[in-house]
Amino acid sequence: MIGAGMAALFFDVGARLLTSALAPIPLRPPAASTIAEGVDMLHYTLTAITLFFTVVIFSTIFFFMIKYRRQSEDEIPPEIEKNVPLEILWTGIPTLICVVIFFWSASLYVRNARPPDASTEIFVVGKQWMWHLQHPEGVREINELHVPVGVPIKLTMTSEDVIHDFYVPAFRVKKDVLPGRYTSLWFQATKTGTYHIFCGQYCGADHAQMIGWVYVMEPSDYAAWLSGGASHESMAQAGERLFTQLGCVTCHAGDNTGRGPSLIGLYGKPEKLRSGETRIVDEGLIRQAIVFPNSVILPNYPPVMPTFQGQINEEQVLQLIAYVKSLGTQERTGK
Amino acid sequence: MAPTAAHSPALVHQFETKEQQHDAGNLGMWIFLATEIMFFGGVFMAYIVYRALHLEAFIQGSHFLDVTFGATNTAVLICSSLTMALAISAAQTGKSKSTIITFLVLTMLLGAAFLFIKFNFEWTHDWTEGLVPGLHFTYSGPHAPGVQLFFCFYFFMTGLHALHMFIGLGILTTLTVMAYRGRFNPEYYAPLEVSGLYWHFVDIVWIFLFPLLYLIGRHYGGGH
Amino acid sequence: MSTAVADIHEVPAGSRVNYLNASYGIKSWLFTTDHKRIALLYLASITFMFLVGGTAAVLMRIHLIEPQGALVQPETYNKLFSIHGIVMVFFFLVPSIPATLGNFLVPLMIGARDLAFPKLNLLSWYVYMVGAIFTLYAVISGGVDTGWTFYAPFSSLYSQTHVVAAALGVFITGFSSILTGLNFIVTIHKMRAPGMTWFRLPLFIWAMYATSVIFILGTPVIAITIFLLGLERLLHVGIFDPAVGGDPILFQHLFWFYSHPAVYIMILPAMGVISEVVTCFSKKRIFGYSIVAFSSMAIAVISFLVWGHHMFVTGQSVYAGLIFSVLSFLVAIPSAIKVFNWTSTLYKGSISYEAPMLYALGFIGLFTMGGLTGLFLASLATDVHLNGTYFIVAHFHYIMVGGAVMGYLGGIHFWWPKITGRLYPDAWARFAALVVFVGFNLTFFPQFMLGYLGMPRRYAVYPQEFQVLNVMSSAGASILGIGYLIPLIYLIWSMRYGPAAGPNPWGARGLEWEVPSPPPTENFEEIPVVTEEAYNYTGARQTLG
Repeated sequence: MIGAGMAALFFDVGARLLTSALAPIPLRPPAASTIAEGVDMLHYTLTAITLFFTVVIFSTIFFFMIKYRRQSEDEIPPEIEKNVPLEILWTGIPTLICVVIFFWSASLYVRNARPPDASTEIFVVGKQWMWHLQHPEGVREINELHVPVGVPIKLTMTSEDVIHDFYVPAFRVKKDVLPGRYTSLWFQATKTGTYHIFCGQYCGADHAQMIGWVYVMEPSDYAAWLSGGASHESMAQAGERLFTQLGCVTCHAGDNTGRGPSLIGLYGKPEKLRSGETRIVDEGLIRQAIVFPNSVILPNYPPVMPTFQGQINEEQVLQLIAYVKSLGTQERTGK
Repeated sequence: MAPTAAHSPALVHQFETKEQQHDAGNLGMWIFLATEIMFFGGVFMAYIVYRALHLEAFIQGSHFLDVTFGATNTAVLICSSLTMALAISAAQTGKSKSTIITFLVLTMLLGAAFLFIKFNFEWTHDWTEGLVPGLHFTYSGPHAPGVQLFFCFYFFMTGLHALHMFIGLGILTTLTVMAYRGRFNPEYYAPLEVSGLYWHFVDIVWIFLFPLLYLIGRHYGGGH
Repeated sequence: MSTAVADIHEVPAGSRVNYLNASYGIKSWLFTTDHKRIALLYLASITFMFLVGGTAAVLMRIHLIEPQGALVQPETYNKLFSIHGIVMVFFFLVPSIPATLGNFLVPLMIGARDLAFPKLNLLSWYVYMVGAIFTLYAVISGGVDTGWTFYAPFSSLYSQTHVVAAALGVFITGFSSILTGLNFIVTIHKMRAPGMTWFRLPLFIWAMYATSVIFILGTPVIAITIFLLGLERLLHVGIFDPAVGGDPILFQHLFWFYSHPAVYIMILPAMGVISEVVTCFSKKRIFGYSIVAFSSMAIAVISFLVWGHHMFVTGQSVYAGLIFSVLSFLVAIPSAIKVFNWTSTLYKGSISYEAPMLYALGFIGLFTMGGLTGLFLASLATDVHLNGTYFIVAHFHYIMVGGAVMGYLGGIHFWWPKITGRLYPDAWARFAALVVFVGFNLTFFPQFMLGYLGMPRRYAVYPQEFQVLNVMSSAGASILGIGYLIPLIYLIWSMRYGPAAGPNPWGARGLEWEVPSPPPTENFEEIPVVTEEAYNYTGARQTLG
């Protein structure tokens, strides 16, 4: 009977090995970003630990099954109920392993959490069931993202509808894309090539079709691509156009004569709001001001700003934000 | 069945002694109240999160609530907990069944008064003012979305509480009938005790609801 | 253990009055308050629900043989995985061991005549059935496509399917869990036989107790979450809608606050079964009794502190991520301790290989692997890459199928003679256990690889390069399906044609083995007095019957 059991296990393993020998299956996606190798190293270590303990436990079980199989119905095993040093050992070793893995992983994670200051920003709007991307220079893409190799790229993302998730396996990056707020991820590609984009959060009927490609190009090719084709207005220029079209300029005149504050130099600064709290003027706050104006009124200004919710889409909001940023004195230079 | 100590009629078959049955009943009710704490706790947590995110809107919404009614209801419920405790005490100390029934009925009247104030005065008023999200919400002043969120929680939390009050009234009715039939005496008053725990719990939930919903504005001093 | 003689002669089931033949007719079953009959009512219901959820799985795996989908439209596929998850989690795994084996065994194991509240017990079954009917209605009338996780705002504002019916079904059935948990806790506290101290309890009881703690504290939160979701959907009020100030991430916090402890509801009972089976079939006391008992409680407590690891990529702060990561590593430690203790119980034992033992040993190995793959997900840097992929799917199936379901099957086989008074054919049972083991690994191991390669979960279609691994997985699923059908057949066969079982066919220790098979309605002629520790296998030799 044990023989049958072991045979079954070996058949199982053998079948797997045989199949993978016949059709070589990669163990990992392409490693095309600065963090990919680090993540893979951690992953392989965890895999080794998993396989090690699994094999140890299974083999110990098999060994005991054979060595201590019942010889007669009358045999009485010895009383072995506990062994405190052993308990401490096999509590301590797993704890140690967990501590090491935690710190290793956390340090990778923390290091990867903040984008470098000089990142190129690209803006992503997810909607059922496609990705809209905008470069600051104005080029727009659908389900495709062209980037230069070797340059840190920061994606600022939001959703028009439900929760999506922007996932590039080759870069080992993933972040949920949420309605009503901005999330971001960053990466620096290390190899030119074409890599999958997947939507990683179930979002309805065509969730599996909400996929695309990242094209990583040499910097010169990227520059050529960026400026090729019809000339585009940059995001900031589009935002300026909207600023006038929607009448924002009426109240937010640059010389502070309107009913609202001038927006020059506002971006990136901490501001104290009417409610008393102080917040940094970032993308999220500007979006909130456009959609829920009365929640972020500045002191000494009346709460009379109308909401533009429903009048503009998320991409247009990003263009307005780009315009407000361009009015600021922060040294943010997009490409 | 093997011979055991004579079972009094009130001892059910799975228990060996009256003490065991009584203890089990009490522990069961305490555990049930623990689940109720988690139940209400979930919606309290959601409320607290939104209050932090939309403080001005919640202050605004809170102003639409009538603190007088709320405070009256709080007093009514506290009194009803008192009468409930007196009903239990009456049974424990062997008072007449009419004493027990009187206190039970008083508890029910006070509970009904609470519900009457809530539904007839507060909720009806909210309806005519157009403050019922999803059904009749016409407020369009400042912070309208946040105010709507506030009222969602207001109706949900007080509605859930009111549902528990109704169930409590049903339990009290049953207890009154049992008392009328002379079921309670110093040896057996477990249903009163266990129901009393439930009733006190419903009271305590209200004591948390009242300041959370009605008194935010007071805390932040007036508002706009 | 008890002072009564354990040497009862084999009597054919049916010729002696027991809980099965004490009364006849449908009403005697539908209005029973006997915990043993209620356990069988649950057994029938959850087996049916398992077949519903399993059918959805079969259809899914057939569909995934082709990259463009071999069977159904994407909308239908989305409904299939939603139904599979909802039914399997809420209607099979959560109640499985507690409501069947727990209901049957808790009073017997502690020396009581019934649970503390038998009528509440029956009510819990009816509540389960009402919830199941709502959910089945949702399935039959067109399905639900939100996934078992019901994330807002998709489920509250965008889905066009029967969300409210399905959510209502889950809401209602949750109360069944609460009632069961309440019953178990009071019973274990107040109704232990004389001499049955806490540390003489079988570890299955400790497992039921820990599980019940989670039932009590966690289930109400999912109830309120689903209630809020239903309100939003019905009244169009934006509780989780960002357009009106709501927060969809709040939904996730509330949802996972229950649903993470829920996975421990699913595994702790199986761990309890393993402790019983491994000791019986190695004829040894459990190694490290109190450690195993405390580990169960530790798992129950820590399980409430880790829910955020499902949300590492939602944009939560780095600090939140770090805290949940630490705690998630912490919760792995008690489980590891248990695995080592079970394995050590085999050392110098007298081991036999009946089907329950094969399931138990398979559990130990597969749970080790499934649990260790959890570390990949507790680890922040790898979770970013793996979240939302097939790695997650493989991880939880290793624990829930390789772990919980195998524990469940092992328990069913172990106590089947006690429950039915019949023996099943052990050769077929061992064969089926091996088929399940092989089929299971072939189904889910390739999914670990798919996950790291980047294939997201809940995909009705996928890029060509993932096909080979998908086909392997589907092949395994067909084997696994056969492995599940075989026990269904011989167990039902045994109820009528199986040889009669004596009170203790395995030579096990425990109060439940001291009563006839099947037990009489009142469980014990006299309430036993307990004088020994649990698993007293090295005491006087037992009479096998």
